[in-house]
Amino acid sequence: MANKFDIQVRAEHEYAVLETAGYLNDALGEDLSKKAQELIAKGYTQLVINLEQTALINSIGISILIEIIEALDERDGTLNFCGLSATQERTFRMMAIAKYAGIFPDEKTAIANF
Amino acid sequence: MANTVLKDQVCLTIPMDRDMELVAAKTGSVLAELNHFNEDQTEEIQLAIIETCINAFEHSQSEDRQVFIKYIVKADELECKITDHGVGFSPEDQHNSIASRQQIHTEMRKRGWGLEITMNLMDEFYIESGEHGTTVSFIKKMAS
Repeated sequence: MANKFDIQVRAEHEYAVLETAGYLNDALGEDLSKKAQELIAKGYTQLVINLEQTALINSIGISILIEIIEALDERDGTLNFCGLSATQERTFRMMAIAKYAGIFPDEKTAIANF
Repeated sequence: MANTVLKDQVCLTIPMDRDMELVAAKTGSVLAELNHFNEDQTEEIQLAIIETCINAFEHSQSEDRQVFIKYIVKADELECKITDHGVGFSPEDQHNSIASRQQIHTEMRKRGWGLEITMNLMDEFYIESGEHGTTVSFIKKMAS
């Protein structure tokens, strides 16, 4: 079964936004991680991951998000999430992600809170 | 007793292949929507199905490489029974495996969340496991 997914990257002067679409599983997670690592290697330490177009995230996908949080943590960086559904936000809080990354309703607020 | 009235029962068998958990989740989602579960509850049901199927895919060591899902729709709840014919497991084994992993923030462990997420999102949760396989059952009650 095809799982169509996509990641759009928008790098601004002081931050970058990664926008995902599709089922966030290991495959999309690895792709997202690769793009985040590329941004971190270029010096970006303030990242937003916009999950508005991602209806489903499994725990393997979330584990890869944790790796991105850890990579940014090593560089005193910040990761802010936005566009989560109520269930996604509940799951993120259950997994303690909310203690180490920001969760905001929309991209504008996520960017404003770096 | 309205909650014991069986409305529908659907059985599905999926192979343990990439993204097949989405087939099981989509079926659960359609049944939930048809029975007027709200959007959040429908997503919770989907996530519980996904996590339970992935656990079976990754850990069951099932020789037939299949997962059997029974959806039981009642007047005010949806029950899912997800079975594999693998080697079984004990919750203690999972706890020990989680404890042995290391990460920067110990509270934010990376793996081993599937059952915990499912338990947290559902209203009732049961595991039957033995040498001939595992059945994870959970029930989501319709929001009043």
